[in-house]
Amino acid sequence: MSRPGRDDSPDRLYTLTGGRSRSAPGTPFDLVTLVVAECDPAPGMQSEHAAILRLAERPTAVAEVAAELRLPLTITKILLSDLLAEGRVSARHPRKAVLAGRPDPDILEQVLVGLRNL
Amino acid sequence: MASATSDAPISGVAASDVRTPDARTPDARTPLGATVDNGLKIVVVGGFGVGKTTMIHSVSEIRPLSTEETITRAGETVDDTSAVPDKSDTTVAFDFGRITLSARTVLYLFGAPGQERFWYLWDRLFSGALGAVVLVDTRRIDDSWYAIDRLEHLGTPFIVARNDFGGPAHTAEQVRDALDLAPHIPLVDCDARSRASGKRVLITLVEHLKSLHLSHLARNPYATQGAPLQVSPPVVGPSAVGPSVASPPVQELAQ
Ligand SMILES: Nc1nc2c(ncn2[C@@H]2O[C@H](COP(=O)(O)OP(=O)(O)O)[C@@H](O)[C@H]2O)c(=O)[nH]1
Ligand SMILES: [Mg+2]
Repeated sequence: MSRPGRDDSPDRLYTLTGGRSRSAPGTPFDLVTLVVAECDPAPGMQSEHAAILRLAERPTAVAEVAAELRLPLTITKILLSDLLAEGRVSARHPRKAVLAGRPDPDILEQVLVGLRNL
Repeated sequence: MASATSDAPISGVAASDVRTPDARTPDARTPLGATVDNGLKIVVVGGFGVGKTTMIHSVSEIRPLSTEETITRAGETVDDTSAVPDKSDTTVAFDFGRITLSARTVLYLFGAPGQERFWYLWDRLFSGALGAVVLVDTRRIDDSWYAIDRLEHLGTPFIVARNDFGGPAHTAEQVRDALDLAPHIPLVDCDARSRASGKRVLITLVEHLKSLHLSHLARNPYATQGAPLQVSPPVVGPSAVGPSVASPPVQELAQ
């Protein structure tokens, strides 16, 4: 399958992730986990890491990081795991909005209010 | 094959061609507020060209962005085996928009192609989603049957929205019949190009989710968290014809 505009040949992805075959265990990044930079990019840092830190000056969802960096989600999560392990970013994971298959009524009410105010 | 409209901006193309006109600089992003700490998900499901990107764009505070996830031949995502995709893997692109709901809460809207292989990714991408909107093209209603079947199987609550392309006018009953839609599931008309219409679709979904919660409490007055809510299977036969304007009456669920 062609992926126009994306320089994501397996070789490049291999380089980006240092050839690791798995992301670190116990880093459950959700698509909407909000990533926040805890430091500034430093000289000599891997350019993708630096780009993430610039992006995440304000809370930025994992999906947005992937989209802005034009990287597949899987690769993005590996990069984020590295930064998280080094304490360079923090992660605001989504609060459980759905318990036992049912959405939390308080959250639903918040969403309704927010949507009506749009 | 990714839909042309859901592709990420192509590098090399002037950024001003793909940004919304109100963007001040080519690189203008709209960052979230510093206090936002909870991300929510709603998924818009539908086949190619049904209006997913259009609807997301209508209600989103950012231009829709696109990203992709990889499925291996075995139907597993690459994290499960190897992070680096190989040639036999396929990728599925999907796009999304964003609505800031409050100082702490942000809602992301994801557009999911209803194609078969995408469902391999559902749990991984969309577990924890509040619910889904099945977007239906009035000219190709039957195409949405599969998505509805899958969502029922997954136990993800949803509503159905008919995007009006000026196709043949089906009655709501005909649509319900064609989709085997349970009577308590709301069916609404929309125009994906309209912000007000998209907003109404989302509000209908969230009100439906609330009513599911209330009907669960009505049946299980002492329940706090119990077994997953069972969405009743579509009733077969003449009784399957629901009210033409489907608001979800609580007692229909409780039967
Ligand atoms: N007439 C009409 N056209 C629409 C409507 N919604 C979307 N379209 C057009 O249909 C095409 C496909 O829509 P798109 O949002 O890209 O579909 P997607 O593949 O589901 O994301 C685009 O050219 C839209 O402008 C609608 O409500 N009415
Ligand atoms: Mg699209």
